[in-house]
Amino acid sequence: MIRSPPIKCGEGKMAKTNTSKQEDTQVDGRRRDFIVVASYAMAGIGAAAVAWPLIDQMNPAADTLALASIEVDISKIDIGQSITVKWRGKPVFIRHRTEDEINTAQSVELSQLKDPQLDVDRVSNPKYLVMIGVCTHLGCVPLGQKTGEIKGEYDGWFCPCHGSHYDSSGRIRKGPAPVNLEIPPYTFETESLIKIG
Amino acid sequence: MSADKFSNPVVRWIDHRLPIFSFMDHELNEYPTPKNLNYFWNFGSLAGVSLVIMIVTGIVLAMSYTPHVDYAFQSVERIMRDVNHGWLLRYIHMNGASFFFIVVFIHIFRGLYYGSYKAPRELLWILGVLILLLMMATAFMGYVLPWGQMSFWGATVITNLFSAIPFIGDSIVTFLWGGFSVDNPTLNRFFALHYLMPFLIVGVVILHLVALHRFGSNNPIGIDPSGPQDTVPFHPYYTIKDFFGLSVFLTLFAAAIFFFPNFMGHPDNYIPANPMQTPAHIVPEWYFLPFYAILRAVPDKLGGVLAMFGAIAVLFILPWLDRSPIRSGNFRPIFKIFFWVFFADCIALGYLGGMPAEGIYVVLSRVATAWYFLHFLVILPLLSVIETPKPLPQSLSKSVLGGSAMAGAASAVKEKV
Repeated sequence: MIRSPPIKCGEGKMAKTNTSKQEDTQVDGRRRDFIVVASYAMAGIGAAAVAWPLIDQMNPAADTLALASIEVDISKIDIGQSITVKWRGKPVFIRHRTEDEINTAQSVELSQLKDPQLDVDRVSNPKYLVMIGVCTHLGCVPLGQKTGEIKGEYDGWFCPCHGSHYDSSGRIRKGPAPVNLEIPPYTFETESLIKIG
Repeated sequence: MSADKFSNPVVRWIDHRLPIFSFMDHELNEYPTPKNLNYFWNFGSLAGVSLVIMIVTGIVLAMSYTPHVDYAFQSVERIMRDVNHGWLLRYIHMNGASFFFIVVFIHIFRGLYYGSYKAPRELLWILGVLILLLMMATAFMGYVLPWGQMSFWGATVITNLFSAIPFIGDSIVTFLWGGFSVDNPTLNRFFALHYLMPFLIVGVVILHLVALHRFGSNNPIGIDPSGPQDTVPFHPYYTIKDFFGLSVFLTLFAAAIFFFPNFMGHPDNYIPANPMQTPAHIVPEWYFLPFYAILRAVPDKLGGVLAMFGAIAVLFILPWLDRSPIRSGNFRPIFKIFFWVFFADCIALGYLGGMPAEGIYVVLSRVATAWYFLHFLVILPLLSVIETPKPLPQSLSKSVLGGSAMAGAASAVKEKV
């Protein structure tokens, strides 16, 4: 940090001063450097402290964060039917799976999966698959909830935006999505009532 | 200094204290401009006019628009039906975005063909790419405001691009949304930013013009004017040419507004946003289609996002990829061919971006994407080494007046650079 000459404005005087005085000014220079660096640092911290509220206001507000939970009655979903409910602004798929679908989902080898996960790890009751209906690629809602919709090559869900195929356990099998459809936190309150969130 | 130029004493008094009149005289009147500019040089001023049209109509539209998820769609419909001349203002703003991009894309291809990015205009070019980026962000956020189905799902897909960033991606997306999905906070901030960003563009445009006026316009021959005999004053020669171009532009613009106002839009955006259902086939606005095709061509999420941003980023370093000292494509026989192949490639990407991501379209998108990067990263650097350019004319005047002294000029340029 030593500059030579240490202080610019003192240059004219410096020429006349003796060596001991020069050392003094060098020490002064170091002190001055310290003061300069310290004030820049303080100004930087101050600026960051002022900027933070301006930036952080964009993060979710307290009312948005207040994690809402919903209760869903699943007794009216027949085998092979699905319903979509809204939780935290996102669609949640609840499917009453057929025996066939459960068997297929459980018999898949982990080595065949892009994001390996067992079907039993994705459900608390194998009959009911509960997951967030948002494609993990870029956030579209996959098709396959309603009768007649395209269900993709693995008889599950198909995202029309960029062509991701999900199987009957909501696991990604083909297409650009990196991971399986997300499972929200939920519990069975009774046999036919689940609480999401 | 030049205060005696003005006969009006009030102007003289002001100019002595605030040299605004000298400045305008210098930059807009006597400003020496190459005498051989063709009509492709109209598109810079057209872009400037488009920006002004967008800002003016945007400000008046904001007076009737409500940025709230429950009212946004209705407020736009109210503008269309009830607000005095609202339909006209909205159609101007809506089609103005498309025309702005048409003009800017032509402006960019002009620069690519005539080597306008080469020394000493590298910063001028970089500022232009920056303007393009700001325009894309502004247009994207503006498209979200009517809160139709395409608005909502466009916003969802584009903001989700950032979730591809490792580790912090999801936090960034939540930060952008202000929640856990695209919702009211998102709409509010997009409106605020959509209002702000055009003024940032104005700022960068001013820098763009300062950089332009440092060395003056490039020209179709690509050699520097060698003296006053090669230039004409900007006024009246190019003011009148720009005004003629503007009148043609405004005629086409008006035709679109009055006869095909929804041609470049998407009918699904007249369906109110529904967060529970994605339309079967979502596409961005046409001016994003080439980049959208690149995004979808890469079968990996992060890779696709990187390729898409890379398609713009590569433009920033273009002045250092094309090392050929010859600016104009007119004198580069091989470059000229590859330029048109590249142009066709961009059109193809635009077409493929609008097609569903399946079958042959995926394959073609990959080929076209590969070619896009190949052009910039391999072909241009290679051409600057292996290509033998045609001889350049010795001066702009000679090229205009049909002078025959063409020999040896190519080497002269090389010496200069």
